[in-house]
Amino acid sequence: MRIAGKGLIDRTDAVQFSFDGRMFQGYRGDTLASALLANGQHLVGRSFKYHRPRGILTSGSEEPNALVTVGRGGRQSPNVRATVQEIHDGLEARSQNRWPSLNFDVMAVNDLASPFLGAGFYYKTFMYPRAFWEKLYEPVIRRAAGLGALSGANNTDRYDRAFAFCDLLVIGAGPTGLMAALTAARAGADVILADEDFRMGGRLLAETDQIDGQPAHDWARDILEELAEMDNVRLMPRTNVFGAYDQGTYGALERLEHHTATRRAGAPVECYWRIVARQAVLAAGSIERPIAFRNNDRPGIMTAGAVRSYLNRWGVAPGKRVAVFSNNDDGLRTARDLVAAGVHVSALIDSRHDAPDLPAELRGLRYVKGAKVCDSGGRLRVDRVTYRSVSGEDSVQADCLAMAGGWNPTVHLTCHMNGRPVWNEDIQSFVPAQGAVPGLHPAGACNGVFSTLACLRDGQRAAIDALGAIGITATAGDLPRAEDAPYRITPLWAVPGKGRAWLDFQNDVTVKDVKQAATENFRSVEHMKRYTTQGMATDQGKNSNVAALAVLADVTGRGIPETGTTTFRPPFSPVSIAALGGPGQGKGFAPQRFTTSHKASVEASAPMIEAGLWYRPSYFPAPGETTWRQSCDREVGMVRNTVGVCDVSTLGKIDIQGKDAGAFLDFVYTNTFSTLKVGRVRYGLMLREDGFVMDDGTTARLGETHYVMTTTTAAAGEVMRHLEFARQALLPDMDVTLMSVTEQWAQFAIAGPKSRALLDDLLDDPLAEGDWPFMACGPVTVSGVQGRLFRISFSGEHAYELAVPARYGDSLFRALVDQAKALGGGAYGMEALNVLRIEKGFITHAEIHGRITADDLGMGGMVSQKKDCIGKTMSERPGLSGPSREQLVGLRPVGEVKQLTAGAHLFEPEAEATRENDQGYVTSVCYSPTLGTMLGMGFLKNGIARIGEKVRMVDHLRDVEAICEVTHPVVFDPEGGRVRG
Amino acid sequence: MRLTCPICGERDRREFYYKGDAVAEHRPDPDAGEAAWDDYVHLRDNPAGVTRDLWYHEMGCNAWVVVTRNTLTHEVIETRLATGGGA
Repeated sequence: MRIAGKGLIDRTDAVQFSFDGRMFQGYRGDTLASALLANGQHLVGRSFKYHRPRGILTSGSEEPNALVTVGRGGRQSPNVRATVQEIHDGLEARSQNRWPSLNFDVMAVNDLASPFLGAGFYYKTFMYPRAFWEKLYEPVIRRAAGLGALSGANNTDRYDRAFAFCDLLVIGAGPTGLMAALTAARAGADVILADEDFRMGGRLLAETDQIDGQPAHDWARDILEELAEMDNVRLMPRTNVFGAYDQGTYGALERLEHHTATRRAGAPVECYWRIVARQAVLAAGSIERPIAFRNNDRPGIMTAGAVRSYLNRWGVAPGKRVAVFSNNDDGLRTARDLVAAGVHVSALIDSRHDAPDLPAELRGLRYVKGAKVCDSGGRLRVDRVTYRSVSGEDSVQADCLAMAGGWNPTVHLTCHMNGRPVWNEDIQSFVPAQGAVPGLHPAGACNGVFSTLACLRDGQRAAIDALGAIGITATAGDLPRAEDAPYRITPLWAVPGKGRAWLDFQNDVTVKDVKQAATENFRSVEHMKRYTTQGMATDQGKNSNVAALAVLADVTGRGIPETGTTTFRPPFSPVSIAALGGPGQGKGFAPQRFTTSHKASVEASAPMIEAGLWYRPSYFPAPGETTWRQSCDREVGMVRNTVGVCDVSTLGKIDIQGKDAGAFLDFVYTNTFSTLKVGRVRYGLMLREDGFVMDDGTTARLGETHYVMTTTTAAAGEVMRHLEFARQALLPDMDVTLMSVTEQWAQFAIAGPKSRALLDDLLDDPLAEGDWPFMACGPVTVSGVQGRLFRISFSGEHAYELAVPARYGDSLFRALVDQAKALGGGAYGMEALNVLRIEKGFITHAEIHGRITADDLGMGGMVSQKKDCIGKTMSERPGLSGPSREQLVGLRPVGEVKQLTAGAHLFEPEAEATRENDQGYVTSVCYSPTLGTMLGMGFLKNGIARIGEKVRMVDHLRDVEAICEVTHPVVFDPEGGRVRG
Repeated sequence: MRLTCPICGERDRREFYYKGDAVAEHRPDPDAGEAAWDDYVHLRDNPAGVTRDLWYHEMGCNAWVVVTRNTLTHEVIETRLATGGGA
C-alpha cells in the first residue's frame, strides 16, 4: 500500500512488471520487493528445506528469503534477490522452490515432518545401503530442497572485465562513505565511490533524519551532485565491492544492464572490476539482525530497518496494522515514523524493562516494556503476534511485525585476508580488527559507530588517515549538524519457549538445531556451522551468524568472544560465474592466432586444426578426394616427386644479436654454434637444467654477431623464457640481446625435387650454382622484397624455407602455390608434414615429451664435451643414458595385422601384455604411401641393439595387437642423398 | 596481487610468469659435485614467512624479477632484477 506523497520514487513514471504470471504496477525507483509490497504481495517464496511460506525480510543485499527467478531462456537468472532487482517494463519474475504454486506447495508436507528433519537428519538417516546415497537419496533430497535453476540454454549475454586505479576507494555511499569521498575529493585525490545500491545515500534514504536542517536524502543528493561535478571522482552505483585482495586490489561487480527494459546494443550485462586502490575506506554500514522466536519466519515479519526503508524511501506501508518488537531504541524510531506516516501501530513491544518513555507524539500507543514476542499466527501472512511479559501472555492483531534486534557491523571485507573481528560489548557485536587488511580503513557503522553525526565524523577521519598514508593532506572541514543519539541495546538473541525459532531463514536453521549440534558435541563454531548448515546458503548468514553464535555460546556456557566466529570469505554477495569468466567464453577462451596464409588455406577448403593457439591447415583436398588419407597420400607423393609448399611460420623465431651471441648459443644448446660459419644453419638440441631434452630446432648465422633461432611451435614461449633467464640471471655479463620475431616473418617450406626450379622462377635472381648447399642460408629478393632463404628440410627432400616480412606472407603463399602447381605440385598440410617426417625419423614433441634424454634419441654425441651447457652436468648422471633406457626406434608391422596406433605399448612377442613386461611404447604412427606400409616411432628398452628383432605392439585401449619389426628411426633414404642432391 | 617490475613499475600479477625459488639464479660450477647440483635442481625450502622467488614479466618487458615476499602476510618486501649476482 502506497502512502501519498512519501518516498523517493518517480510517481510520474509507472512501470509494468509480472510476478508468477500476474501483472503488477510500480514506479521508477522501486525494487521488485518494494513494488510487490506496495501491491500487498508479502508471500514471495518457499523455504529451502521445510517449504514454509516466506516473505520479504529485509530491504538490502542481505535478503535471505525473497529469492526469485528473473527472465527466461539463456537469460534466466535464478536466486535474484527481490530487494536488489530494480523493476523495469517487461520484467518477468517467478517464485522458486514450490510446486504446483506459491500459495499451495505440495512439499510443505516437509514442515509437518519437521520433528524428524532437524540438524544432522540426512547424515543419520540415509546411511545404508551406501550405494543408494549417490543414486537415490541425494537426487531426491536435492529435488525436494533447493533454490532456483538455470534454464539449460546457452547464455548469449556479454560479460566484461576491467581494471580501475585510484588513490582512494570508498566502499559504500551512506553518510560515512559520502563524507569520506567528499573529504578526499576536496583534497584533490583520485577517488572511486562504489555502492551496491542503484541510488547512493545508504540509510540516509531510509530515515527521516535531518542534516544541516534539510532532509538527509536531500543533503546526500547535494553531496553527490558536487562529487559528480569533480573530474577526480568516479561514482560507481550498482557496484558490489565483494572482496579484498593483496596489495590493495579489490574485486567488484558492476551491474550494467539488469535494470533496463531495452539493453544497449553490445553492452555487457555485468562488469567484473579489479580496482587497484592505494588506500581504501570501508563504509559498508551494518546489517540489522532479526530476533529468534517461535514462527518468526512468517511473511509480514520484517526487520525494523526494512520497514522504515519501505516506508520512507519507497512510500510503502508494509501493513495496515504494524506491531514493533525491539531490544533497542530503534523500536521507538520505527513506531514514530509509522505513526507520522499515518500507519496504525498495534503495539510497541520492547524487551527492555528500562526502555525509554514514549515521546509526546506517540501518546496513546500500546507500549509494553519488558515483554518479548513469543509466537506469531497466520498462514501465508502473519495476522497476530503473541507476547509474554511478567503479567503473562497477550496477543495483538498485526499484519506486519517490525523486528529491531540490533545491528551487526558489515565487517566482511576486513576478514578476507585472515583478519578476525573483535567483540564489542557496548554494541553487542563484532567490529573490525585494527589493520586487518593493509590500507583498508573501516569507518562508520561497519566500524561500530552508529549515529549519523558519528558516522560523518568517522568518514572524515578515515579519509584523512588514508590519504595521510600516501602523502596527501586532507583537511577536516566543518561537520554538518546531524542526529547523534546514543545506541542503547540490551542483547536479546532468542526468545525462550517451545517450537521452532528461525536463525538462518535461507537454510532453515532454528535455535533448536544449534542446540542439538552442541548437544551432540559439535561445539566448535566451525563444526556447528557445518552440522546445521547455518550461514552456508547464498546469503552466507549475513543477518543470522552472530545470533547463531550467541545461541551456541549460551548452550555451551561460554562467552561470545570465546566462542569465536566463522571465517568470512569473498565474495561478500553472490557473483555470477559468467562475470568472473567475462569475455573468456567460446572463442574468447583462447585467442586465435592465424598465419598469413590462413585466408588462402580456408579458400582452398583446407580443414584447419589447432596447434596451441595457432590454426594450421590439415590438408588441401583436391577435386574428387573424399577422405583425408587420399589428400594426405597425394601431398606426400607431391613432395617426394615434384614440389610442395607448406606454411611453417608458427615455429618460434628468436632473433639473437650481440658480440657474445655465439657464446650464448653454446651455453643454451648442447652443441657448438660459435664455430658456425656465417651463411650456414645448424640443427641444435636444447636441454633443461635437469638433463632432459627441452626443445630442438635450427639456428642460422646471418652475420658475425647475428643469429636467428627457430623453436618448435609448441615450445616457442617456453624457450623464449628459458633463453631470457639464461641471459639475464645466468650470463648477465654477456653482450647479447633476444627478440621474438615469430609474428614478424612469414616463412614457407618449399620441398621436393623441383623446389630449386620453383625458386629459380620465383626469386628476382636465380640461385647461383654451388652457392646453396644443404644447410646454407642467406638474403634473397622476391619481387623486390628482401627475404631470407634457408636450405633446410623437415621432409628429407631437397628443400628450402623462404621467409619474408609478414605483410607479404599472403601474396607469397599464393605465388608459391601457383608456381608449385605449374610444376605438378601444390600446397601440403600438417598430415602430410607428419608422414614426411616420420618416414625420415625426425622428432617432434610427441617424442621429446619431457622424459627423454639426448642419448635416448641417439643424439648423445651432440652434447659437446668441450664446453659447459645448460643440462650437461645433470645429463651425465647414471641412469640417463645407455641400454637400460628406452631408446628411439622405428617400427613396421610385419605380422597379419598391419595397423599401428600411437600410445600402444611394446612387449616381447611371447610375453604377456602386462605392466611388468612393458618394453616401451609407440609415440607416432602414419601410413607411408612412399613405402606402402604403416610406420611407427617409439621408445624401446635397449632399442638400438634390437634393430631387426620383433616386438608385439598391444593397444589395450583400442584393442589392437600387431607384430612389428624394430627398425632404425630413419627408414626412407637413410643415406640422406635426396636432401643433399 | 601486485608486483613491482623494476623496469615497468607496479603491475598485476597476471602479467607475470612464475618460475620458482630464486635459488635458480645461483647455478653451480659444472664440477661443483652431485650434492650441489642436486640441491640446485631439486631441493626447495617451503618457508612459512619470507621467501624469494623468480617471476618473468612476460606480458611486459621480459625482465626476470626476484621477488622477496612473505607467505604468511602476503606482503611483497622487495623486487629487483635477476642478475645472478644478488644476495
